[in-house]
Amino acid sequence: MTIALSGKEVGTKLEEKFPGSIVESSQDSLLVKSEFLLPVATYLKDTPGFDFDYLACITAVDYSDYFEVVYHLTSLERNHSLVMKTRCYGRDNPSLPSVVSLWRGADFQEREIYDLMGINFDGHPNMKRIFLWQGFEGHPLRRDYL
Amino acid sequence: MAIRTEPFVINMGPQHPSTHGVFRMRLTLDGEVVVDLEPVFSYLHRGIEKLVEGRTYAQIIPITDRLDYVASMSNNLAYVVAVEKLAGITVPERAEYLRVIMAELQRIASHLIAVGSFLNDCGAYFTPFMYMYREREDIVDLFEMVCGQRLTYNYMRIGGVSHDVPDEFLVALDKFVRRMPYFIDEYDQLLAENEILLARTKGVGILPKELAINSSAAGPVLRGSDVKWDIRKADPYSVYDRFEFDIPTGSVGDCYDRYRVRVEEMRQSVRIIKQAMEQLPPGEVRSEVLPLLRPPVGEAYGHIEGPKGELGFYLVSDNSIAPYRLHIRPPTLINLTALHDMIIGWKIQDAVIIFGSIDICLGEVDR
Repeated sequence: MTIALSGKEVGTKLEEKFPGSIVESSQDSLLVKSEFLLPVATYLKDTPGFDFDYLACITAVDYSDYFEVVYHLTSLERNHSLVMKTRCYGRDNPSLPSVVSLWRGADFQEREIYDLMGINFDGHPNMKRIFLWQGFEGHPLRRDYL
Repeated sequence: MAIRTEPFVINMGPQHPSTHGVFRMRLTLDGEVVVDLEPVFSYLHRGIEKLVEGRTYAQIIPITDRLDYVASMSNNLAYVVAVEKLAGITVPERAEYLRVIMAELQRIASHLIAVGSFLNDCGAYFTPFMYMYREREDIVDLFEMVCGQRLTYNYMRIGGVSHDVPDEFLVALDKFVRRMPYFIDEYDQLLAENEILLARTKGVGILPKELAINSSAAGPVLRGSDVKWDIRKADPYSVYDRFEFDIPTGSVGDCYDRYRVRVEEMRQSVRIIKQAMEQLPPGEVRSEVLPLLRPPVGEAYGHIEGPKGELGFYLVSDNSIAPYRLHIRPPTLINLTALHDMIIGWKIQDAVIIFGSIDICLGEVDR
């Protein structure tokens, strides 16, 4: 059985290592400040004991006030998982750091989020629409898109 | 004097027999050798994540049929597993066993198409494909018995399955699981040591273990690269923890390994179905669930080991009758991430085989 790591416990460890990086943590998930996303993700991937070598899924949710991007991390070696979230504010040009440099599997998924939700991922090697055509106006999965 | 060559760009697809639908690869070639590749998606994009907005939880089940349309049962299962996790619904035992039987039959059917069309790409034009369609036809007949449909089954329900199986189903299923191992032996006799197949697939399109993990490959593509990871074992859902089965893996991650993993998985699926038939308990097949389900505020990620890899549904509920957000984790789209690295340096006729060995379904890639 894949063990879902407690966001609280992981959050406490991360807070010691990167002070101010964790906005809130609960049993199910961990909310990371977007400025700390890359260092925290790198730490989770490379630290023995966490070994999050596999990025199962990335998705974004539009909560009107902010966008929440959800990373489902898994460690194939240790068979445990963690849900890491981050938020970005503003609807004109929201952006987040890309994790493609850590997990190649993020490539198409980040492009999909850009295409349908309109979140830019800085540092992505090929940040352009994946499903809709170039020149399409708007991002259909936003709540205010009609 | 060497002949001067210039790289040139060709479009393979969207209308190309080996792209299994409407997928386009923009290939840059140096002579016959592929030097660059850009996948172009979305010829079948229907906006399924947008389509489900405002629909009730139960209304979404038939839409999931249209994702990977050669494995509708698995899509149904992944979705209902996620909803049940979100709403905390329990499923009767008999329904769990029926779900496992359907999911494993579906895995065999999907792998038959995968292997058949892969061999088509290798040049064994339609002969093995027709052998495999013979067995797939039996499975489709079985599904028709339980739900009346032959492609888009819409069989699973939140809290169970739509109907119990008819008596004739178990008789026909018993006949099928007795015959199937012999058919798989037949494929192996014809193909496993076939010299042409070995020459075309051994050592071709190698996906190294590290890259497979790093690029989030899943299913037979991941296991072909010698990673023993199967969600049925690693994170058992339904009643998979009650069955004995092995996880076949490849050794180097070439096209041949991926083909072998699929064939072996069919044998393991037959094993699981046999055990499920023996253990099948009597009783209800559906628990009472309100038609307009209102799950508590929260979110859930349900995933299963689909025939093509980890199929996941991420659901967010705001306690209304429709999900606030539904995201599908499509195994085949993500499996294509490493396609670039697998194809570069190979000749164009190998590119066809490497692409075929990934086994995609455009209904799911583009959604």
